[in-house]
Amino acid sequence: MSGILNRRLLLKGSLAGITASCLPLSLIKLSFGATAPAKDFTFAYISDSHIQHIRGKEFVRNWDRGLIRAVAECNLMSPKPDFVVYGGDIAQLALPQEIDHGLEIMSRLNYKTHYVMGEHDFYLDMGEYWERQLGPQWYSFDHKGVHFVVLNSILTYDKWVNKWASGAERMGVMAGLDDPRGSPFMVGEEQRRWLAKDLAAINKSTPIVLFSHSPIQKIFKNWNFWTEDAEEIQALLGPFENATVLYGHVHQIQYNQIGNITFHSAMATAWPWPYPESYAQADNALPVLTVPMNRADPFFERDATGWQFVDVWSGKASVNYSLPQNTSRTVAYDFEAGRPVDTKYPQSLLAPQDHY
Amino acid sequence: MKRAYCILSATLISSALLVTNGALSADTPLGLPPLIVPVDNEITEAKVALGTKLFEDSRFSSTGEVSCATCHDSDSGFTDSPKVVSEGIHQLTGTRNAPTVINAAYMKLQFWDGREPDLESQSAQPFLNPVEMGLTSHEPILEVVRNDRAYRRMVRRAFSIDPDDVTMDHVQKAIASFERTIISGNSPFDRYRYGGDETAMSEAAIRGLEVFEDDGRCVSCHTISQSFALFTDGKFHNLNVSFDRISEGIGNLTQAYSERREAGTNLNVDVLTEADVSELGRFAVTGEWTDTGAFKTSTLRNIEVTAPYMHDGSQETLEDVVDFYNNGGAVNEGDPINDFQSSGIRPLDLTDQQKLDLVEFMKALTSPEYASSGIAED
Repeated sequence: MSGILNRRLLLKGSLAGITASCLPLSLIKLSFGATAPAKDFTFAYISDSHIQHIRGKEFVRNWDRGLIRAVAECNLMSPKPDFVVYGGDIAQLALPQEIDHGLEIMSRLNYKTHYVMGEHDFYLDMGEYWERQLGPQWYSFDHKGVHFVVLNSILTYDKWVNKWASGAERMGVMAGLDDPRGSPFMVGEEQRRWLAKDLAAINKSTPIVLFSHSPIQKIFKNWNFWTEDAEEIQALLGPFENATVLYGHVHQIQYNQIGNITFHSAMATAWPWPYPESYAQADNALPVLTVPMNRADPFFERDATGWQFVDVWSGKASVNYSLPQNTSRTVAYDFEAGRPVDTKYPQSLLAPQDHY
Repeated sequence: MKRAYCILSATLISSALLVTNGALSADTPLGLPPLIVPVDNEITEAKVALGTKLFEDSRFSSTGEVSCATCHDSDSGFTDSPKVVSEGIHQLTGTRNAPTVINAAYMKLQFWDGREPDLESQSAQPFLNPVEMGLTSHEPILEVVRNDRAYRRMVRRAFSIDPDDVTMDHVQKAIASFERTIISGNSPFDRYRYGGDETAMSEAAIRGLEVFEDDGRCVSCHTISQSFALFTDGKFHNLNVSFDRISEGIGNLTQAYSERREAGTNLNVDVLTEADVSELGRFAVTGEWTDTGAFKTSTLRNIEVTAPYMHDGSQETLEDVVDFYNNGGAVNEGDPINDFQSSGIRPLDLTDQQKLDLVEFMKALTSPEYASSGIAED
């Protein structure tokens, strides 16, 4: 555990003046340690705002306020982040007015932003409007020695896509959390081929950070805390010394280690989900889910939404979750155990997933 | 008024003598919880007497004209109502509306931004503030106390020390002890809710209580408990009061003030002399962005006699305050809401009747000993 503490100190020291409990977003700090300190940098991560249109110029105030606050606090960051990642579900029903309203709030950010597609941005028109506003649905970029990959992980079977009378009906079904008429998320063959080609050019010692909306793990199918072809994506990340997957969608704190790949979720700015039941099928266990949050004060609409620092130390992530009106939490990579652990609640209620 | 304190003090002091471990447990006014007293500053009659004299002594200001009681006047519910912000030496004004001393003993943190943890530490600050009492050090206070025959006698009685050895620690403890006797309940609301007297509040006030606890959402921060009501959660919230003054340059302001804090600036002076730093609220104390523009939930007890309202006294009447909350934290409907507004604040959509009732309820929170101060009773 001393290793974790050291990295926490380093994180604090390198972000002098910032208190961990004050970030309305996910702040990611990548560090290359003593070997290449000049490459240290931070980026922020905001996710799952679910901007929802009511009528006319009215949008759900609660969801607006969550994103507004995240953007405002992100702009206060010191040192400034190099860029921001938006983790998907900027809209609720993929309506153009929802995407536009969300992007208008996001436009107040002082930083370049990379966007990830969420299912709530997609199933009305199969991502057409989102793509028109934001560009390609999957892409990669390099920044200060890290190779970043953005995937659209919320695609699904064509047969399901084409069975609905309208895009609105299709979106409505996919927006439901436990709707048996839904369909599992996947990255799909086309993107997997692209990813294999993209990664082929990258040195295996280069840290990889992959952004997806769904977990690239199989956690709970009924809620689509799930990616149908997760194993195939994991296999593509397998040869790299340091791979980290950061995902949204789940609106809660999750972390996991599968082989060399470390997984961390981001909190939503909109609302929290409870922890799902474990997936009942044989050979499928849950990732380590941290203990349920102490939901002290539901009067505050921002309660149980959250933000975090993530320190990826030589490709290994240490995440400090800041929870408004609640106690901040740190999930740090434990080198001895070879997986991330919650430093405050180290006892896990469930065994971590080591097969899937 | 003086007599009322004496009775109140005598009650408290007799209780204090009954308990150990610093906790008072009996004979608190109806509607208030037992008062917790620091173990190292037990309330005694001698200390309260000394504290009262110190509180009212204007010699502890650079002009000899301002005492604690100047801005915390017992005749105005221990505020300087109707002043918008407090006025110190040479009529200099600060940035904040004087909070009442009444029941401050129950506050978990002192000042609008909670920058001092208790009454003892709070009491030392206004002496040195350039817009309050304007001393450059505490030494003149100790000089007066050491050389004044009455003070020498009172210090000896209160602390059993040679008066030549008096320090600010003694002064602060005495003032805090006096302030711990300024606790007040027994309002019409208390008699209605906790005293079983159904006639203690008007029908409008009873309806207002219902709005307060339900549609108005007031009780979420202005708390009412089963056996007592402090009408504050002791927390800090950005309500969107006057924050628009600093919204524009907030990024530069927070960064600049964080740097000043690290370099060791004088928080007590900054928040009262710099309008923009004042609006940072609790952020100036903690440096945490969740505290940006956040101020302490004030108690609502005796609220009718302590106008105007909010940390900067920017709202003149209780009706204004109700409208402000009804608009989701906006003076006028549709005013911009700052990005850092507390997520508990949202438009309420109350009816005109509900708003009137709410005001009537708040008027039922005045304790009998203050009913004649400030605004006259109908």
